[in-house]
Amino acid sequence: MPDAPGLELIAHEINERHEGAVVGTSYEHEQAALLADPDSIREVLAYLKDAPGHEYRFLASLHGADYLPAEPRFAVHYELLNMPRVERLRVKALLPDPGDGTLPELDSVTGLFATADFQEREVYDFFGIVFRGHPDPRRILMPEDYVGFPQRRDFPVGGDPVIFTNTEDSVPGWTK
Amino acid sequence: MNPTTRTPGHPDYADTTRTPEQLGRDAVGRTEAQVIGTSPIERTAIEREEELFTINMGPHHPATHGVLRLLVELEGEVVRVLKPMVGYVHTGIEKSCETMSYWKVIPFVERMDYLSYFFNMEAFCGATEKLLELEIPRRAAWLRILHLELNRIHSHLVGLGTTALDLGAISMFWYCFRERDKILDLFEMSSGQRMHTRYFQVGGVVEDIPVGFAERVKAFCADMPERIDQYAALLDQNEIFLQRTKNIGVVSRERMLDLGVTGPLLRAAGEPWDLRKVDDYLPYSEFDFNIPIGTIGDNYDRYRVRLNEMRESVRIVEQAIDGLPEGPWIADDRKVVLPPRDELGTSMEALIHHFKLVTEGFRVPPGEVYFPIEGPRGEYGVFLVADGSSKPVRVHMRDPSFVNLQSLRDMCVGGYVADLIANLAMLDPILGGIDR
Amino acid sequence: MDVERTKLRGLSPLDQPRSPEELRVRQMKARDMLRGDLDGADLDEYVESRVLTTTLERAQNWARGNSLFPATFGLACCAIEMMSMVSARYDTARFGSEVFRASPRQADMLILSGRVSIKMVPVIRRIYDQMLEPKWVLSMGACSSSGGMFANYAVVQGADKFLPVDIHIPGCPPRPEALMYGILKLQRKIFGDPDLGWRERYQAYGTEEDARPWRPGALPVERVGETPAAGIVEGHGPPPTEAELNAPVSHPELTGHEAHDAYEEAADDERVTTSRPPAAWGRDA
Ligand code: SF4
Repeated sequence: MPDAPGLELIAHEINERHEGAVVGTSYEHEQAALLADPDSIREVLAYLKDAPGHEYRFLASLHGADYLPAEPRFAVHYELLNMPRVERLRVKALLPDPGDGTLPELDSVTGLFATADFQEREVYDFFGIVFRGHPDPRRILMPEDYVGFPQRRDFPVGGDPVIFTNTEDSVPGWTK
Repeated sequence: MNPTTRTPGHPDYADTTRTPEQLGRDAVGRTEAQVIGTSPIERTAIEREEELFTINMGPHHPATHGVLRLLVELEGEVVRVLKPMVGYVHTGIEKSCETMSYWKVIPFVERMDYLSYFFNMEAFCGATEKLLELEIPRRAAWLRILHLELNRIHSHLVGLGTTALDLGAISMFWYCFRERDKILDLFEMSSGQRMHTRYFQVGGVVEDIPVGFAERVKAFCADMPERIDQYAALLDQNEIFLQRTKNIGVVSRERMLDLGVTGPLLRAAGEPWDLRKVDDYLPYSEFDFNIPIGTIGDNYDRYRVRLNEMRESVRIVEQAIDGLPEGPWIADDRKVVLPPRDELGTSMEALIHHFKLVTEGFRVPPGEVYFPIEGPRGEYGVFLVADGSSKPVRVHMRDPSFVNLQSLRDMCVGGYVADLIANLAMLDPILGGIDR
Repeated sequence: MDVERTKLRGLSPLDQPRSPEELRVRQMKARDMLRGDLDGADLDEYVESRVLTTTLERAQNWARGNSLFPATFGLACCAIEMMSMVSARYDTARFGSEVFRASPRQADMLILSGRVSIKMVPVIRRIYDQMLEPKWVLSMGACSSSGGMFANYAVVQGADKFLPVDIHIPGCPPRPEALMYGILKLQRKIFGDPDLGWRERYQAYGTEEDARPWRPGALPVERVGETPAAGIVEGHGPPPTEAELNAPVSHPELTGHEAHDAYEEAADDERVTTSRPPAAWGRDA
């Protein structure tokens, strides 16, 4: 893992090339994270992948998160890994909810990392984040005619309530 | 079918008084998309060439190891296009985890990849411990390693048995399941359950191993290498098996890395990447073991790597049971760990802690971690976000089966459809892990 | 509490007289028959219940119950335990159910081994519809029986929402022994309750698969067609007449077996005699 000063150096280096691409850093539990501007996420990842001295060539994982009620609400995390040096670096893009039913958008990184294909589809499926330029932008795990993005925090968990003898009266549709 | 067999005007059947054609459905009430089996999007994508023959394997197919669905386009017997479709056992575990306290999440994550439950538990418990900055005692770490490696053997045994079954060698299945049952007996001894044991606890393991467990483990370790030799003798001289695995499904190391593949598949392609050696999530550095790797990355290499990994795991189990340190098996942090049973009767404080832990659960300071470990299929990584309450905000499992499945296309396209079965079996996907 | 040991032991209770009076009636009938005093409908009924139907159905059910072929159909974790059921240690071949059939058309029994997601439901239903009657469904594990621990958006809370399930096996996962115990229970059911499938069992006529006239409150008790199977597997029967459709409806709000029960209650005295035993027989066997 790059340590805290090293992380600052990386952020500075990227910002020199792409103005405002990195908006912050965080270092907690010995894990380094770069906060990237969602509009330049491709540039940040491409730089980290190819620039000499960084070479984070392995995308270990790509996942989404919903931080409701915080703003901006959505995040997409990219867990990068440099195998020879065994260094991990997380890049995080925070996306606000555009509201009124439109979906937040982000550039797809399938061109850089072939492994992002399924994982971006999963993020779209569960959080409704659209990846621009994805080769196959469909739902992956939910049925294709499903409505809603189930892992958003404001989506109900669903399921039937468990009926115990003490809750018999309060469960709707259940009579003794 | 006569559409007028309904009682007219019955409220339940208000819309069925129309004919099926009017509803755009067939006789049993399915829409057009369901009848053909694909959605309109997929259909437009496959209506391209006349001479390609499209077949649909799964989701109910005996060789897909679960409910995987493959849309295959064949030219003669050669696979030209392959599309995996998943989600048929999507269980919403990640969502359910958000409604549970950290303790109760453990059984949920266990059921993701159902052949490597100990690994799922370890990834989640490790992530939580990292957020809590909690150290686990040495005995707990040893017990965890012991169970993880037994689980690795178990998982490879099931994988090997079903693979051989798909390639037509049924006796391997019996032998592998015989040994698997011995491992499950050990699990049952230490935790009371065969599968989904919930043996790991945040802070260590739930209970110490019982009397007699060590002897059983040693007996198993003495037995197992010979068994593995027997498997090898059975398969390595089986001409059918060799022909169906050697030089089949080759994917280069670079392409595997590009696709994010980890685990035995990557090692079979020649990349010596194993988190047990390079990471320190558990004290594996104090154990003496090797990482088997392959040369060209065909199915035979994958089989050899798994076989040798079982041997190495047996060695680790042996060392773990021989060098098992004395001491507590769970950390001594009363905010997180249940107080010992005997204190409950005498100490008020212990009783209060017990009550708080059981009713509400412990609180975890805000933060987020990604905690990767090496499992039988590759990198299991839990991404955990905590907000200071006693329930996680987000639990995500980076499941190796899900990521590895993307390499199936590279293995199969251009090969025969019969090899597709061998490739899929050697990929060893667990659908519960893919769909979560 | 009275425990009827004969029920626990016997194959079908059909040949066990339930009381001394009944035994006496049977003996008298047998005597009449030997004397040649029986004729007409009485003789037909006697022959049908004694000689032909009972024995044949029993033999048939004995064969069916001892050669249950499950469909190769694994859903989730429970499927691994289902696989170990056929392994050398558990060896379900002892009970004749080790032959897993990959094609649903050759299988008698569907073991729902795992959680049923909403995406999988149409597939399972289709596999089930493809299986030939008679067919049975075992729901293995907490998930397929009730949704188990996964009370969320993705999992169907119990497979009996879309399939008739015969046996529920608790556990997460159930041990192979538990699964085999469930299969033995199913065998009992098959031995003791000879029938041809769920439509007969649940009186589910008039569904889309089986277009026999559906009359609320007046479900047909007698069979349609020459043989029992004719009315069920492919017997669509003639379409109902106008008068039938406009007949007064006694229990419009009831459907399925509820309607049947109501009908039974109303028409208790004039019920039609069939060779089938009363529904309560063999339930707890
Ligand atoms: S009942 Fe338990 S073991 Fe079976 S499928 Fe459900 S979670 Fe898995």
